[in-house]
Amino acid sequence: MSLTDLLDVRAGENAHLVLRHATVLDPVAGIDAVHDVVVRDGEIAALASPGEADADGAEVVEAEGLHAFPAFFDPHVHLRTPGHEHKEDVETGTRAAAAGGYCGILAMANTQPPVSTAADVSSLREQARAGASVPVGFLATVSKAMAGAELTEMVELREAGAVGFSDDGLPITDAGLMRRALQYQHLCGGNIALHEEDPALSREGAMHEGPVSAALGIGGIPSVSESTMVARDAALAGYERARIHVQHLSAAESVEVVRAAKAAGVQISAEASPHHLCLTDEAVRGLDPHRAKMNPPLREERDRQALIEGLRDGTIECVATDHAPHQPEEKDVPFEQAAMGVTGLETAFAALHTELVLSGVIDLSLLVERMAGGAEPFDLDRPTLAPGSEANVVLCDLGAEWTVGEDGYESRSANSWCAGQTLTGRILMTVAAGQVAFRLRSFSLGVAA
Amino acid sequence: MKHLLSIEQLSRAEIESILDRAESFAEVGRRDIKKVPTLRGRTVVSLFYESSTRTSSSFDLAAKRLSADLVSVKAAGSSVEKGESLKDTVATLSAYDPAAIVIRHPYAGAAQMVAGWTTAAVVNAGDGKHEHPSQALLDVYTLRRRLGSLEGTRIWIVGDVLHSRVARSNLIAFARMGAEVTVCGPPTLIPRGIEALGCGVSYSLDGIEEAEVVYALRMQKERMSESFVPSLREYAANYQIDSRRLNPRQLLMHPGPVNRGVELSGEAIDSPQSLIAEQVAAGLVVRMAILYELLAGSEGQAPAGDGEGSKPTPIGTPA
Repeated sequence: MSLTDLLDVRAGENAHLVLRHATVLDPVAGIDAVHDVVVRDGEIAALASPGEADADGAEVVEAEGLHAFPAFFDPHVHLRTPGHEHKEDVETGTRAAAAGGYCGILAMANTQPPVSTAADVSSLREQARAGASVPVGFLATVSKAMAGAELTEMVELREAGAVGFSDDGLPITDAGLMRRALQYQHLCGGNIALHEEDPALSREGAMHEGPVSAALGIGGIPSVSESTMVARDAALAGYERARIHVQHLSAAESVEVVRAAKAAGVQISAEASPHHLCLTDEAVRGLDPHRAKMNPPLREERDRQALIEGLRDGTIECVATDHAPHQPEEKDVPFEQAAMGVTGLETAFAALHTELVLSGVIDLSLLVERMAGGAEPFDLDRPTLAPGSEANVVLCDLGAEWTVGEDGYESRSANSWCAGQTLTGRILMTVAAGQVAFRLRSFSLGVAA
Repeated sequence: MKHLLSIEQLSRAEIESILDRAESFAEVGRRDIKKVPTLRGRTVVSLFYESSTRTSSSFDLAAKRLSADLVSVKAAGSSVEKGESLKDTVATLSAYDPAAIVIRHPYAGAAQMVAGWTTAAVVNAGDGKHEHPSQALLDVYTLRRRLGSLEGTRIWIVGDVLHSRVARSNLIAFARMGAEVTVCGPPTLIPRGIEALGCGVSYSLDGIEEAEVVYALRMQKERMSESFVPSLREYAANYQIDSRRLNPRQLLMHPGPVNRGVELSGEAIDSPQSLIAEQVAAGLVVRMAILYELLAGSEGQAPAGDGEGSKPTPIGTPA
């Protein structure tokens, strides 16, 4: 299904654009050449030979030296609505997504109260239609009020438009409840996204368990806290012939479990976050709660390498930010007391481009592919630049350097894990579901001139 | 040195300089009037979010012996109980323009954060399970007085290493002074990866006879209910330092407060090998030295004193 069949966005005018001389890269569609990209009537109308597209009243963007990719899709965002609108809301969160080059996102359900009823979903969808800059879909909780005891009314939730289900923020500790949710999936559809963690192993942990936690005297969250739960749920999904999506993989052991489950034919997909792909627990040594406190925690170099290998071989099909906005008062406290989570929408591409592509660890085309890989696990069409498809395009200057946070954020919160860092690669413009969702201010001025 | 936040931050030379300073304060302690005017007119805030007998009383007394004005704030009975954040509490107390803030807090990194919020010198008097640098300094001081040097000294730290900030600071300090450190305890109470700090690990007391110094840690009773150990009785049977396990040439240390009959037997505590009382006495002079080093040392002032030769003599005329 196309994004707008299942997701909601503020109604607006379809863009009419010609991106002239853009370097177009869509690895999945096999496109890697310089074209004039024509966007019209909500679609990629044509990929014309460079310089040959007829302007025909369109806004012409001189894109020589710039890259056009399929816009990105993030299946893991916390919009904090309802209940924590002081951290983020539908409007600010989707603006942040647009600024990061995303044409679609999925919002997690661990709000206050959690998204557990059809009425909750309907109300959020209405808010999205009123103010979302990019199409946004809502997951509903697996368990009522995220209490981990009883299933939500999954059929009604799906009928109300819930894209899938997740108790993200908390694991589903009761294997029996997990199994029933998987059985019910045969009735109502919708993928189930899982935060994998065994609280009996995590205990009071606030960071990865290893030499760094030993040195800092901070309780450790062992890798097996995650990997044992991934293994449990992969086994349940296999047994029930159901489908699961494993969120924010962090440990090498978990990647191995997902790889083995896929090889055994289990319907399992997985995501990794930019911060887990770029940082290790060494970043916690400074005890900075703003940048290094999240769950799952930053792990060791061998884990980071395993995540990268997972991205390469497809064990991990997508990058997901786990964008988790928090206000300063929740972070200006000692590390162990600080709220878990960092923002990521506005920096994901640039951070991964800087850390992994420019350093030669992965190819640009792999990054572009994985940045949009989060749609298919949730039954949505992968964004593509193939002519005739819904127009979801990001225009990027891969050589532009910028400092994170220097000009503020579109997000309502500033707890970026890479705040203050200079990144290379800047999103100039995002077209989402046919509409211009974002334009970098300096870039749009350039166009006007 | 602007702050004392951890032992990790200190070089061996810096540790030695503080200890040398402490030696000179020990001399002041033997006078009738034990007070010097060094910090007259300056304010020291002591901010304790956890209970403490030794550390808070010795920092308080150290500040008074140096003639500082002292403001002692305990979390219990203060606005902390009304929900004031650490940041706001520090801002409030900073309004008194203190020269130093001594802070104990139940979470790692608290002292470091405070250092970012105030212009005062910050002394970490214990942050969570992370570090307790003044304890490590007084322990090195105590051992140095007994042994002259820690170079090559074999030290076993025994007990609940997992929950102990003393264990972490001490093993770093001992190693930095040239000692060979082994941590010993049940596997459930030894943090995974601790050997990266440069110590050996042993799950049993076998081999403790090689140690010149045995440093026992406090076993907190609540650890039993959390199932870190099956019972205190069994723990004591396996890890208690008693007169049978302690050989006569070994020195025994403990940061206090001691659980008699758990980590140490009564006769071990009271034996002549025990340095526990010396540790407490060292606490005062070492904490005077820390405050001096942070507040007066950097100004390079050499207060007039009745010094003896080349020894550092920060000691003013009795106030």
